[in-house]
Amino acid sequence: MKIDDKKRVLREMVLHRRFEERCYQAYIERKIGGFLHLYPGQEACCNGVMEAARPGHDYVITGYRDHVHAIKCGADPKEVMAELYGKETGSSKGRGGSMHIFDAAHHFMGGYALVGGPFPLAAGIAKAIQLKGGDEIAICFLGDAANNQGVFHETLNMAALWKLPVLFVCENNLYGIGTSIERSTAVVHQHKRVAAYNIPADECDGQDIDIVYEHARKAVDHVRAGNGPFFLELMTYRYRGHSMSDSRGYRSREEEEVWKQRDPILMLRDRLITAGAMTMADYETIEKETDAYIENEVTKFAEESPEPRVEDLEKYVLADRESQQPWLTGKAA
Amino acid sequence: MAQIMLWEAIQRAHDEEMSRDPMVICMGEDIGVAGGTYKATKGLYEKYGPLRVMDTPISEGGFTGLGIGASFLGVRPIIEIMSVNFAWLAMDQMFNSAAKIRYMSGGQLTAPCVFRSAGGAAHQLGAQHSARMEKVFMGIAGLRVVTPSNPRQAYGLLKSAIRCDDPVFINEHELMYNMKGEVPDGEYFHPLEGSDVARAGTDVTLFGYNISVHWCLKAAEILDKQYGISAEVVDLYSLSPLDRDGIRKSVSKTHRVVIAEEDEAPVGVGAEVIATINEECFFELDAAPVRVHSALVPQPYNHTLEKAAIPDHEDVVKAVLKLFGKA
Ligand SMILES: Cc1ncc(C[n+]2csc(CCOP(=O)(O)OP(=O)(O)O)c2C)c(N)n1
Ligand SMILES: [Mg+2]
Repeated sequence: MKIDDKKRVLREMVLHRRFEERCYQAYIERKIGGFLHLYPGQEACCNGVMEAARPGHDYVITGYRDHVHAIKCGADPKEVMAELYGKETGSSKGRGGSMHIFDAAHHFMGGYALVGGPFPLAAGIAKAIQLKGGDEIAICFLGDAANNQGVFHETLNMAALWKLPVLFVCENNLYGIGTSIERSTAVVHQHKRVAAYNIPADECDGQDIDIVYEHARKAVDHVRAGNGPFFLELMTYRYRGHSMSDSRGYRSREEEEVWKQRDPILMLRDRLITAGAMTMADYETIEKETDAYIENEVTKFAEESPEPRVEDLEKYVLADRESQQPWLTGKAA
Repeated sequence: MAQIMLWEAIQRAHDEEMSRDPMVICMGEDIGVAGGTYKATKGLYEKYGPLRVMDTPISEGGFTGLGIGASFLGVRPIIEIMSVNFAWLAMDQMFNSAAKIRYMSGGQLTAPCVFRSAGGAAHQLGAQHSARMEKVFMGIAGLRVVTPSNPRQAYGLLKSAIRCDDPVFINEHELMYNMKGEVPDGEYFHPLEGSDVARAGTDVTLFGYNISVHWCLKAAEILDKQYGISAEVVDLYSLSPLDRDGIRKSVSKTHRVVIAEEDEAPVGVGAEVIATINEECFFELDAAPVRVHSALVPQPYNHTLEKAAIPDHEDVVKAVLKLFGKA
């Protein structure tokens, strides 16, 4: 990555971190409801991979920890926050909520609540790309524990068999809710599990964005060149609990501290400062500007946006009847 | 009789049955070391160890099938599916293996397992975490379906389900784990079949199950105090089989019927109760039965829409008043 890109990405990562922290606060204030899964600690994963890919062009799909992936693809943070507030102006019109951010215009194909659900959907998106002959690729970001769903194996087999342009990114944060990977999974290193399907795989540090970027570039190039699927495992850590009702009793504060020493944002910041590309004061300005933006624009927009109308409860359940008349009545001719 | 919370009642049933019979085991996601999402298996891992309290991978189809397979050889697994929404992934094994094994093996094999799962709409959990799936489970031959509305039932139904030689699906409600209620101090087995009259009355029968029993009770209170209508509340805790006798008895007494369900209609408990009334005691009716149910929409996240999609006790009151021409 060029220095200017790194500086831009640092600013984006600060936005991603602060956005999530603001969500946390809004949840405590009961402005946000339901389940809320936050991303702090894992920012280099999404950012490193998407810098190597083409955000807004390549198709991205993920699980319920989806705000940052959506924003990285080009979703407006205002609309994402409005979605969390359940507003009509939200990315999913307030119908989806935190676990279901969608922004089709930016090829962000959504957040899904069922663990493992996106695997075959990603392969299906890749199938559509293949049929249409485009140069996009599908990128599926999921956690480590998701690989224990049978559909993981079913999807890998099909993706390899049909040489589908799909990149599987496993954000291995060592836990599935409160169960550590050693206690749920026979193989800790997930990239080893795909060898049986002849899918090339790679593993690297998921905290250092430069490393993620280098590995992701090879992975993305492989897939875009028409060589079929690739599996990239990123070793990472989520700083907060799995969702909001998690007091993290299953892991030690010492372990958390070790990972916080390798904070993806601070590592990139320090590297840029050491290289003379910016100063600490510059960084502090970024933080301040970001907070101001989140408060004065993002949160304000969400707060002030209107709620959906109750009369529209059944909107979006099915296609609007008018448009479907020929098929609903059989009078197509 | 002690007042305990519903999750404690479930925990106690597990504990008693596991200490009695070494073949009773439990399995599910985060049930062991973490003690269960709703604490229903708290302390069991420490007491019975990892061989009998199994923290499973996120492999619902896999571990459900594994539990069923173990039950063929006499193990009695209590399989927790963290949320009923994830049960879709386990249904192939529940329906095609557990429910059919006795029949298709001509009685040679049985699957005495218990499936427990938290269902219902909680608060703003959205489209993929708010499912009510009673209607799916209750249409499967070979599977019993029960759904507790209070700690006493939660305890006694689980005890009976573990001992029963049939596979039993227990549908719990996410919002009810902290509900308090009386549970007998001594061992108690709630019948797996039947219904409970939760409140006796003479003018109208309110059928409910699980959370909707509480809407009905609240509605009955209001109807009595404000409108002088005496409502009987029948708790259909057994959804499969439905208590045909209980339904007939109450309808023959009150001649008017409202069925409250958190599930969406069409298809479901309400429809089935009405069909049962048609078959059992149609001429006892003084008015057409009424269903109170959720709107047929994937659960909206927005809280106002969510509220509009799900009924409550006020909707039950309204339905009754309409039956009596008072609204
Ligand atoms: C089919 C299904 N089973 C269980 C759950 C409950 N659940 C939600 S997230 C999660 C852990 C997933 O861990 P991982 O895949 O590693 O992703 P992470 O949350 O660590 O990013 C579980 C068990 C679910 N949402 N869907
Ligand atoms: Mg994980």
